[in-house]
Amino acid sequence: MMVVASQESQNRPKVAHPSGARIIQLIKDANIREIVAVPDIVTSDGLLWPISRDPAFRLTRVCKEDEGVSICGAMSYNGTRAVLMMQQTGLMDSLNAIRAIGVDYELPIVMFVGLQGKEPAIHPDQSSAYGVRIIRPVLDAMQLSHSLIEEPGDESHIPKKIEQAYAMSRPHIFLIGRSPEVQ
Amino acid sequence: MLKRDDALKALIPHVSDNDIVVAVYQSCFDWLALNPRDLNYVAVGAMGQASSHALGLALTHPDRRVFVLDGDGSLLMNLGTLVTIANAGVTNLYHFVGANRVYEVNGSHPLPGAESIDFAAMAKAAGYAGARSFSDQNLLEEELPDMLAAPGPQMFVLEIVAGDAYPRDYDYIHSAGARDTFRKALNQR
Repeated sequence: MMVVASQESQNRPKVAHPSGARIIQLIKDANIREIVAVPDIVTSDGLLWPISRDPAFRLTRVCKEDEGVSICGAMSYNGTRAVLMMQQTGLMDSLNAIRAIGVDYELPIVMFVGLQGKEPAIHPDQSSAYGVRIIRPVLDAMQLSHSLIEEPGDESHIPKKIEQAYAMSRPHIFLIGRSPEVQ
Repeated sequence: MLKRDDALKALIPHVSDNDIVVAVYQSCFDWLALNPRDLNYVAVGAMGQASSHALGLALTHPDRRVFVLDGDGSLLMNLGTLVTIANAGVTNLYHFVGANRVYEVNGSHPLPGAESIDFAAMAKAAGYAGARSFSDQNLLEEELPDMLAAPGPQMFVLEIVAGDAYPRDYDYIHSAGARDTFRKALNQR
């Protein structure tokens, strides 16, 4: 079995991963100091663990993702900027809160969502995983702004999208398609 | 048992101009009629989320007290909030739960476990600084000052029946005007 696994690993296309340190710096550059999170394996090592150790951030750990939608929405009333981190399963579980608080109430909920189960070399819309493949169409159906971070360089649009979310007072969802590297 | 509007009236003298009140469902409608004020936060959006909104406000406004007028059915939809709030370390959050044991605005069907749920025990087990149940109006009025002077999070379980009928103005609580009024009041200092 180990030989088979090794062969599979060797046959897997080599892809580059985005820099977690760069993403975190850009989050800081966008004046985000509040992080609200449910752990997600895609973003665990490259984003959430470093953020949890960074005194520039206040990390609020929540039991369930829709709590985070409400926390971030309420924080925005005095202009406090926040990021909610979670996995796409939690995103699906939070859609009613996002619908109500983000869309109906027009609040700037900024989310970083790890696409757990997505093949690194494949676009999410073509993933063999149903739970991944449906994410972007579901967000489109809800008219939610979203963008993809997969390759090094993709992260450069983070500040602009965060600025837009707060300027327009609307949600934005960053979909993380490959695990960010720590550096 | 407490009448809900009597219990809410007992709270009114303890709410200062600086305090935020987050309210849901019938407690919200009662409160809006009994104590209309610009720092009433009514845009909770999704059932169960009141205390999570309150936590966001408590974290970003440590100089204000945040009162939550929650429902028991609502709290059951978001029980993890008790642990999240206790773990967040906020001392300015005061959580009132109107325990009528039914989904009042959805046909008055009973809650699961309506006969046996102990919300105060749940709050204590989650790590709240204090929690107590009240079914006597005089006892509530006696204990409110000390519990509100103590560091939060504190839970007040109000064992209630409906009191006088107050209008259910859903259009207002979901309106942009209600959110704008709150936002302006919050940021006017």
